[in-house]
This record gives sequence, C-alpha cells and structure tokens, in this order.
Amino acid sequence: MGWIGEAVDSVKSLRIRQVLSQAVSLGMIVTSALIIWKGLMCVTGSESPVVVVLSGSMEPGFKRGDILFLHMSKDPIRAGEIVVFNVDVHERQDTEDVDVLTKGTAVVCPILELVYLSDIFLQHISRRDTFYPSEVRIGMKPNLKEMKPKKTTGDNNMGDDRPLYAHSQLWLQRHHIMGRAVGFLPYVGWVTIIMTEKPIIKYLLIGALGLLVITSKE
Amino acid sequence: MHSFGFRANALLTFSVTILALICAMASLSDNLNSPSPSAHVQVSNINRFQKSKGNDEVSMTLNVSANLQSLFTWNTKQVYCLTNSYAFVFLAAEYESPKNSLNQVSLWDAIIPSKEQAQFLIQTKNKYRFTDQGSNLRGKEYNLTLHWHVMPKTGKMFADKIVMTGFRLPEEYR
Repeated sequence: MGWIGEAVDSVKSLRIRQVLSQAVSLGMIVTSALIIWKGLMCVTGSESPVVVVLSGSMEPGFKRGDILFLHMSKDPIRAGEIVVFNVDVHERQDTEDVDVLTKGTAVVCPILELVYLSDIFLQHISRRDTFYPSEVRIGMKPNLKEMKPKKTTGDNNMGDDRPLYAHSQLWLQRHHIMGRAVGFLPYVGWVTIIMTEKPIIKYLLIGALGLLVITSKE
Repeated sequence: MHSFGFRANALLTFSVTILALICAMASLSDNLNSPSPSAHVQVSNINRFQKSKGNDEVSMTLNVSANLQSLFTWNTKQVYCLTNSYAFVFLAAEYESPKNSLNQVSLWDAIIPSKEQAQFLIQTKNKYRFTDQGSNLRGKEYNLTLHWHVMPKTGKMFADKIVMTGFRLPEEYR
C-alpha cells in the first residue's frame, strides 16, 4: 500500500512543479515584454515609443497598419518634422494620438515651445467622424479627399459629427507631443488593428495560446 | 517533439527572424549611400506685401531647383521636401508681451515619389501663407531652407536640409 501512495505523491509533486515552472516562464515572458517597453521609454524619452498608424491620411508615406518608432529629445520641434501628438479631447476624458506632418508655422518661443495649428487643421479634425488617431497636415490647403468623412469600422463610429477636440486649441505645446518619428516598419501594426477591431480574434488567440501552454509537455 | 505544432512554430520563428534580419540589413544599407543633393531657391518676385488684420503677409514667387536623385536608394519609398523660411525676429521691446525668438514659416512642399522626379525646376507661389504675428516683416532678413525627409520602405528615416541665406524683405508695403 505504501508504494502506491508514494507514486501518487511523486506524480502530484511533478504536476505541481510543472505548473509552477510554466507559470514562471509565462511570468518571464510578460515581465520581459514590460521591461523592453519601459526600457524603450527610458531610451527614447517618449511616453509611447512605438505607435501604429491607424488612418490613411499620411499616404503614400505611411499607410494604415504601419509602425512608427518615436524619439523625443529636448530639441525644439521644427516645421517639416513628423511628430505624433495628443490633442485635448472635447467631451472625452482620454486623448487620441494624432500623427502630423508639421507644416505651417512653427514658433519657437524662449519659454514655451509651441507649434501653431492653423484653422484648416481645426476644420479637418472637427469634421472627422472617427475616433482613430489620424494624421493631419498643419497648415495645408483643405484636401477634398481628406475632408470627406471616412467610413468607420468597428464600434468606433460616433454617429454624429460632434467635434472631437476642443475648438479653443490652436497651439500644440510640448506636453502634447509624444515624439518625432525616426523609424518605420510596414504592415506589422495590422496585428494590433485586427485585434482591436475584432476582439473575438484576440480572445481566440489568447485562448489557443493558453491551451497550448497548459497542454504542452515540454 | 516532431509534431505538427512544433514544426509550424519553428518555421514561423525562423521566417520572422529572417524577415527582421533582412529589414535591418535593408535599413543599414542606407548608410552606405552618401548623398550629394543640390538645391537652389530664388525669390523671383514679391507679388504682394501687405498688412492684413494687423499681421504682415507676403506673397512671393519662388524658383525652386533641386537635384535630390542621390537620396534615392533601393530602400527609399519617397522623399518629402519642404521649403521654409526662418525669419529671425529679435525684438528690443522687452516690456511687451513675450515675443518669439525664432519664427518658421512653411512656404512650399512636395512629395517626390520616384528618382526620376527628384530633379526638378519649378516656379511657384508660396503654397502656404507667409504671415507674421504682428507687423515686423518690413526690411527683415530671412533664410530660405530646403528640408527633405526620406521615408524608407523599412527602417530608419533620414532628414537633412540646405540653408540659403541673405534674403531680405522690402522696406515698404506694396
């Protein structure tokens, strides 16, 4: 009788060890991802070092689903640079990322660093009907193709033309700017876009991976 | 060990690694290219120089000639080029509201999609408004700068500029 109990115990301990080692390796994956992200934040000085382009308004340069790597330094932002910024959002608590090709007037003040947003910019963003981060060109002539409301997908459609951003915002200050684009990788961001748009795929993927982790022997 | 899942996993990992390596090499190969772009911008005419709503506004005709062909490599998708003006405004009146030490105004820009179109000579009016915040532009010296931004197919983006100095706005409105 004794040896049966011993065998059961050894199997049990093996199980527990396996489960523990799997949990540890899973934790390693998650924490190393976090470490890489936070490390990138430190190196680049940008609060969000990697962003996905979510709209097509910077085409043909950047398409939807491309990835931009950002860098933020103390240098003043100059006209012609591609920056990603947040704008103050009207009637919403969170902010949206907007990629910009800074055209127009860049005024560098001794105290504050400001980029002037022209009326056209405001017109542009107030007509958008999507919550997607969008690229706009500051000071550009209204491009009719761009001005048309874009067809939205997923649950991001607002339905009405309520302006997204505070109308009073004419200036971009340093705290709005997340960084200037320094690197580019095409198509990779589609993974994120698909997962945000179709959450079921995300859950399926997570479920399948979890199942794999649980059932795998090695 | 040799199940379908393991093989698929190994294949996927390998292909992604190779792809990443190729992308990195393509981006690094841009460093081997040492471009020698040339550009020249002339102000052929000041069409209008007025004060509108308290702010000086200038309309000018620009002759932009540039040869940016050497910027294009096999990893280049397009080049965005932009002419702008730096008008240095130093103001003596410290007691007034805080003034700008450097003003930058975009005048003209274009996207160059291919190497064939990278050598050009155009005559154009300023595409974007050249206005000042205030009326300090009379007789002001300014620089014209041609910036370009190389957008790669993958990898690092490059930007550079050519500065042309010694332009001056007229003393009187016209």
